Amino acid sequence: MDNVFYSLQDFMLHTKTLTYILMGLGLPAMLGWWLFLTGRDEEIRKY
Amino acid sequence: MNATTDRKKTALLELLRTPGNILTAFILALGLCITVLRFTKGLAGVTNLNDNYPWGIWISFDLLCGVALAAGGYAATTACHLFGLKDFRTSVRPAVTSAFLGYAFVVLALHYDVGQPWRLVYPIFLSQGTSSVLFEVGLCVFIYLSVLALEWSIAVFERLGWKKARARIVRLTIPLTVLGVILSTMHQSSLGALYLIAPSKMHPLWYSPFIPVFFFVSSIFAGMSMVIFEGSLAHRFLRGQMDEEHIRRGDAVVFGFGKAASITMLGYLLIRLYGVALDDNWRFLPTGYGLWFIAELAGFVALPSFLYALGVREKNTRRIRFAALLTIAGIVLNRFNVSLVAFNWQLAPEEKYFPHWMEIAVSAFIVTLIITAYRLICAYMPILRDDPDFETH
Repeated sequence: MDNVFYSLQDFMLHTKTLTYILMGLGLPAMLGWWLFLTGRDEEIRKY
Repeated sequence: MNATTDRKKTALLELLRTPGNILTAFILALGLCITVLRFTKGLAGVTNLNDNYPWGIWISFDLLCGVALAAGGYAATTACHLFGLKDFRTSVRPAVTSAFLGYAFVVLALHYDVGQPWRLVYPIFLSQGTSSVLFEVGLCVFIYLSVLALEWSIAVFERLGWKKARARIVRLTIPLTVLGVILSTMHQSSLGALYLIAPSKMHPLWYSPFIPVFFFVSSIFAGMSMVIFEGSLAHRFLRGQMDEEHIRRGDAVVFGFGKAASITMLGYLLIRLYGVALDDNWRFLPTGYGLWFIAELAGFVALPSFLYALGVREKNTRRIRFAALLTIAGIVLNRFNVSLVAFNWQLAPEEKYFPHWMEIAVSAFIVTLIITAYRLICAYMPILRDDPDFETH
């Protein structure tokens, strides 16, 4: 991953693209983790 | 009468002769001797601090770890008073007590570290450096310690039987909790922001423009883990001081904070990765520092987060308590990495700082003081039990 960048534009485009991809993967990961975490919780009905 | 008094004295002496108490007495005596040396010989007499490392273990451990681990105060009060999770009510007073003691002893420890400790009040009252991050930290710690003292005073007033004074403070519960959250958000993050001034001195894997966010988010699960850890210690060693409700609700606190810590730690893990991605620091990962960075994140963030999740799913309190211990170790490791290991990483090994044994002894002295004070407070005040003369709030 040793990239050579010739301008700040190149650098920002590369790092932000990668970060947004990671964020896109991170959000469903958080959701999946929450479902795993609460998978065995008893359902509490308040109605 | 004399025989009874003698028996009581003998029983008290026997009680004080336990190995734990003897060790406590030794550490306190040693700490007092080093205190005399520190204030007569100066910093050079007891520390290995130098121009490359003006901040050593007293900042890394006593201040950075102390403040992060005292975050249980705002975590518990927010959960109970702002989010209305009344299952956590029994954890509030112990958490506020340990937070109050934690911050009070952070201020005490600063007296050892500051070259001219009598000037510690200058930034607040005499010469406000409003453009300095350190001023903001000092001001927030000063105000938050006052807020914690007020929150904690409810237990003091119950002990003294001062009903009117207690009622006045109880009425302020919500404003004090809100103030506590705001101040904690500010100074927990600002402790990280202190390192923004040194991008060239810090290893790129630990330096990030987002380091204040890392410090704040990590303080959230550090506080929750401390509440779980302290609760398990109290259940084991101070069970005699606890009432039925505190014992019964202990597991609900462990599962609730375990769940919250697990998801928060996953979020923290992700933002640390985003930090690496935004600065394009992937090339440092296959190096020695990189492996250490991976060890910190995998072993002390990802693993305890997973153990918390497993423990919550399987209703296994032992696993959650182990995860809490691992998380606390991870917070200590992170603060040491930021302030010592990754700091001045380009210096030659012989120029690196290693604390003098007296610096370590002073830190042990401070921790022992906190534990001793906590035990005394729990013995004499309604911290782990409700006072039957007062309504719960």
